[in-house]
Formats: sequence, structure tokens, C-alpha cells
Amino acid sequence: MKMVRIYIMGKEYRVPEGLTIMKAMEYAGYRYIRGSGCRAGFCGACATVYRKEGEYKLHADLACQTTVEDGMYLVQLPFTPANKAIYDLEKIRVDDKTLVNFYPEIARCVSCNTCTKACPQELDVMDYIQASLRGDVAKAAELSFDCIQCGLCAMRCPAEIAHYHVAQLARRLYGKYIAPRAKHLEKRVKEIEEGRFDKDMKKMMKMSIEELRKLYNARDIEPEEEV
Amino acid sequence: MYPKEFEKSIKKVEATREERLKKLPERMKEKEKDALLKKWHPDYKPEAKRKLKVGVSKGSIVPNEVADLLEAYPLINPDEIDLSQVDYEADILIIGGGGAGTAAALYAYYNGIKPENIIIATKLRHGDSNTIMAQGGIQAADKPNDSPIIHYLDVIGGGHFANKPDLVAKLVMDAPLIIKWHEELGIMYDKKGDGEMITIHGGGTSRKRMHSAKDYTGMEIMRVLRDEARNIGIKVLEFSPAIELLMDDDGKVAGALLYNMETDQYYVVKAKATILATGGFGRLHIQGFPTTNHYGATADGLVMAYRLGAKLRDMDSVQYHPTGVAYPEQIVGLLVTEKVRGLGAQPVNVDGEQFVHPLEPRDVEAAAIIRECYGRNKGVVTPTGMRGIWLDSPMIDMIHGEGTIEKRLGAMFRMFSRFGIDMRYEPILVFPTLHYQNGGIEIDADARVLSKKGAIPGLFAAGEVEGGVHGKNRLMGNSLLDTQVFGRVAGINAAKYAKKAKIGKLSLQHTKKYIGELKKAKIKEERKAPILLPDYREEKVLSRAIDIL
Repeated sequence: MKMVRIYIMGKEYRVPEGLTIMKAMEYAGYRYIRGSGCRAGFCGACATVYRKEGEYKLHADLACQTTVEDGMYLVQLPFTPANKAIYDLEKIRVDDKTLVNFYPEIARCVSCNTCTKACPQELDVMDYIQASLRGDVAKAAELSFDCIQCGLCAMRCPAEIAHYHVAQLARRLYGKYIAPRAKHLEKRVKEIEEGRFDKDMKKMMKMSIEELRKLYNARDIEPEEEV
Repeated sequence: MYPKEFEKSIKKVEATREERLKKLPERMKEKEKDALLKKWHPDYKPEAKRKLKVGVSKGSIVPNEVADLLEAYPLINPDEIDLSQVDYEADILIIGGGGAGTAAALYAYYNGIKPENIIIATKLRHGDSNTIMAQGGIQAADKPNDSPIIHYLDVIGGGHFANKPDLVAKLVMDAPLIIKWHEELGIMYDKKGDGEMITIHGGGTSRKRMHSAKDYTGMEIMRVLRDEARNIGIKVLEFSPAIELLMDDDGKVAGALLYNMETDQYYVVKAKATILATGGFGRLHIQGFPTTNHYGATADGLVMAYRLGAKLRDMDSVQYHPTGVAYPEQIVGLLVTEKVRGLGAQPVNVDGEQFVHPLEPRDVEAAAIIRECYGRNKGVVTPTGMRGIWLDSPMIDMIHGEGTIEKRLGAMFRMFSRFGIDMRYEPILVFPTLHYQNGGIEIDADARVLSKKGAIPGLFAAGEVEGGVHGKNRLMGNSLLDTQVFGRVAGINAAKYAKKAKIGKLSLQHTKKYIGELKKAKIKEERKAPILLPDYREEKVLSRAIDIL
């Protein structure tokens, strides 16, 4: 087994090459309470900052999705102290000032692009902040969609913007007020509320397993999309 | 980057691709399915399970790893706990901060409980859960060619007819209502230009009713629910799992004992109603399988509820997701969403041959993959000796047009790209992985937890911790739905209950009684539960550890 040296908060450990940062820290003897969540790149709990020996650059990534390299100096940032605006979505009107009204600090953006460089999801963070500033809610929602809210952007931002909170509001505004509603959904909810399926459902619930099995094995299956 | 030895096999996959695009293998008949499952599904290994020696479901068969926890002693000595000093009082205590717990909190609030009287206690951070990792989608019969009746039949057939009919009816009838609620909260479902939901098939569905938000469906739902809970001001205690439920002297559930994992201190929470939304058991690594589950999926709720008399059901069946990552090693066991197959990627063997329809129910699909690797020896062997089969992802863009993978499977594309694999052009290697607790503690359609004598007053449950909804096998897209439907029901009914309930003197009498039963069954005091977190430290470190601080 080939080993590599890593420095966990400055302390040297030797770990097998090929492990993720998360598994390497566990190999070294750390047992997580904070800093480990879904362990699959979806929750943002394991935000990690590191520098490689001989380099000046700070990298930011997820411990569960990044392979250790020889000479990595690393520390986790399991929490981000950032303000979230409080709002009642029912009472918000969407216009080109909505986002900047709730998060005025986005006007302080100096377009340095540090947030984009810090994003482990490789999102165009600065672009969605600029879109938010312009009042383009749809663009901000689209560009930020894959955000896992790890907070690394906010920790690196010289303008002290909480990008991921701005994006959360943009997406909810888009989903509620800009995306067209699904008419078939509304219709079905109404049918259910009117009791349209109640009688048939009662019948199904009373069926014996044999009857159900027959129905199940004979059910027609909607064809796959045409190739 | 794939190792060189994979090249020959990948070439074969490429060579058969055009031909395979034209025709899918037949779906299996019931008899073929039964024979396949019996021989190859991990659930059918008798040595992996045993009969419970204690408790209300004594004699029922559960996986050894689950029996180990149920036949374990509490973390605390009831005589050493001071219940006279209450740290938090609430109308409703919700244990678990995932999709079910948060939906329950919101619906308790909608039903008249003040936010300051609702507490969510959670082991990790609010939202760190299996909900946030659910990629593929959520089922709801809301299209004109579909109906809750058809959905019902899919669920109950997929579950091998073992499901509780009233729970299935609740699940499918409330599904469209949940999606509507989500739409109003601003959840960004994938839609066509006119607002029509984009829906696809999942394994075992007879209609295309899988709604999604790219392949971040659970994350999108979770982050919006969490945002809403924060707007409303619901109290959340993070890194504070429950370690024992509390009762009052009248036999009602009355809150829980929490453990602050960072200070080692316990908290007494007195609550009029308690909702268990603690999720499942993936991190118990049943039969040594890797898992798709989050770090805290250790069956805590199951353990606590069982001690006070909650019945278990369908705990003998475990869901192995057919497609976990088999390569690269760093991410072995992580989920490759069923949506990859839903969009047309076919499972093929080392020689590039089809061997199963891509969308059989999960247990059938998983068993077919295990048979292909170990029965027919047609798997691909990785450098660490693991076996897997190809999921031919490049077919997706061929079927739906270039850019589909990046647009609709962004999370999958990103995960493989991080390790140098481009799933647009290269197939991905998969093998079944431990995914879901099909069974759990039994509830009724009002989400009340059932004992032998009927509903346990003051205790509700929602999501993966409860059983009966999915029978012996859950279909894709019904777990997110379960969290939302039964989270909502639990919130509504707990609110109704809490408005009338009066709590007497707090007690741990049930814990003492359970300790007595364990002793009577001659179970040694070598195991304690709940375990809260798995321990992945190296043996080399643990063997030299000393406990000083």
C-alpha cells in the first residue's frame, strides 16, 4: 500500500493513497461528529479548505468527494456564520429589486470571482450574484440550482455576501411565481378532494391478494419513449 | 480514469450499443422473478438473520445487525437520570431533521402549534439526511392517463402484496396534494414550457409518474422545507440525538432524553406529542454491504420505540439498490440513481450483453445483477477484486439528445467527473448497495405508532423509521413521497393530540422494564444502543486508544 503524507490542521499523518479526504481522516483516527453528513456530495457538511505543499493557493472542496494528495494541508469548515433573511413567501412581490432588498450586501460585490473559485460544485457563483443584482431572478435560480449550501463562497467573499442564501430565495421565487403552474396537477388535486377515486380505492383496499395479483400481472405498462 | 484492463470490455459494450438501442429484454414473469429472488437476493440468506429474543415482536426474524441493537442495553442507567429538571418544554418534539421531520414541523405549525412550541432534535445538522441524498424523484399520479388507483396497484405489487392497504391508500391519494404544496413553496420541479411536469418511469411503475428536480430532487425538497422552517422560526437542536423516549406516569409518551454529542450532557425534553422521524438503518451495513445512506442512519428510532412496545413489521426485508458505484474505489456504494435507467441506460455484462430489463422492481433488478456477477461469472472485476456490471450511460444522450446527461443528471455527471470518468462517453460500473429499510415500526394511517394494545398515546412516526407502506420492497420515488405524506399526517395529528394532552410525572419505567426483559433472556451487557454513529477509525488506531479526557 503506497502511503501519502497529509497535514490535518498542521499535524502530519500517513495515510494510504487513493482515499477521500474524509476516509483519510478516519484512517488517521478522527471520528467525526461535525464535518460529515451525507458522505456523497449532497449536503455540504464536509466543506474543506486546503493548500498543497509549495503552493500559495487555497483550494476549497468537499472532503467526501476529493482524493487526498501527498503534502495536503487541510482543515474543515463545518459551519458558516451567515445571515439568512426571514420572509413570508406568500407576501413577497417579485420585481427586479426583490433580491437586493432582502440581501442589500450583494451590491457590495466587487466581481473578484473568488466565490466561483471556491465553489466545490463549480457553479458560476459570481454570475448568479450579478444576475441577482440585476434583478434577473430566473437566471439566478438556474445558475445556482446545483448549490449544496456548504457556505465556502460566503467564507471567502471579501464583500461578506451570503451567496447561497440569496440563491435559495431566488429559486423559491422562481418556483412559486415565475415557473408556470402544472394544470394537470391542480385538476387531479381537485378530483381527489371531490372524492372521485374514493369508491374505487375502497374496492382495491378490500381485494384479496389473489385478486390483486391477477390485476397486477395483467396491468398495461405505458411504453418507453420512442427511440 | 478507468484502468487499462477495463478497455476490452468497454469496447464490447460500445460494439453492441446500436443493436441494443432497438430492443429491450422482456420483463420477467412472476415465477421467474420468484425463483431469481430466492436464489440470488441477499434477503434469502437464512444465516444473515435471526429471531428476536425480547420485546413485543419476540420471535420475528430480523437481520443480525438489527437484532444486535434491539438486544442491547440502553446508553443510560435510568436510576441516574434526573427527570425533575426539565431543560426544554414543547407541545411537539420531532426527533429527526430530514424530510419527514421537517414536513411534520411545518404541518404542526399550519395546524395551530406556535413555532416556539415545536422542537426538532437532530443528530447531525438540520437537513443532513437520506432525504437530501434522494436523487431520482418522487411519485404522484397526477397525469390524465394515471390515477391513484393505478399507483396503488404498482405499490402493492412491487411490495409483494405485504403492504398495509390503508397506508398505501394514504400514500397514493395524498401524493398529488404534496406536489401541489411543494409547488406553492417554490420547489423547482422539472417542467415543460407550459407548466406540465416532466415525468418518467421508475422500476416497477406502470405509468410515467416520477417527478424530479434534475437529479437533486431530495436536495431541492429538503433545502426549501428547511428554508421555510427557518422563516417560521421553528427551534432546531442540532447534534442532539434522542437516546431514550420518556413516558409519563399515565403511560403516555412525553418527550425524550437528548444527548448533546459535543458536550456529553443530556437534556430532558418534556413534550405533549413526540414524532419519530429518525430514518433507517443503512449505516448498520447489513451483511457487510456498502451503503448509499447518510452518516447517521443507525436505526435509533427503531431501538427507542421498540423498548416502549412499538410493533415491528417487514423488518426481514432489506432493500439493496441495484446500482451502487462499483468503481472508482473512493465512492464505492454511493447511489447511481434509478433515473439513469429511467432515461434509457441499460445494464449490460462484461461482454456487452443485456441480461435484464432495466426497470424491473428493485429487488428483482438487484438479484439479476448479483446473478450475472456471481452465478454466471459475467461481471467486470475491479482492481480491488470487486465485481460489477456496466450501466451503459452513453445511451441516454443517444436517446434524448446531446446535453441530456449534463442537464438532467447533473449530480451523477459531476460525481463521476470528479474521478475522471465521463459518463457521457463511457459506461459506469455498478453493483447493488444497501439502500433502504423496507419495514419498521408499525403505524396506522394517522401516523400513530402501534403497540399490541393499539396506538401508543403521544407517539407518531413518519418516513423510513415506520413500516407497512412499502411491504417487502419499496419502489423508486415512494420514499421521498413517504416522508412527505406521513410527515404531514404526523404533524397534523400530533398537533390535534397535543392541544388536548396533559403530561403527568416523567418516567423511564419502560426502560427499566426492558432492561429486566434483557436480563431475563440472559443477554449479556456487552452491547449498548442506539449507536448514534458508525465508527470508521482504523483498527490500528483503536487498538492503541486510551480513554483519558
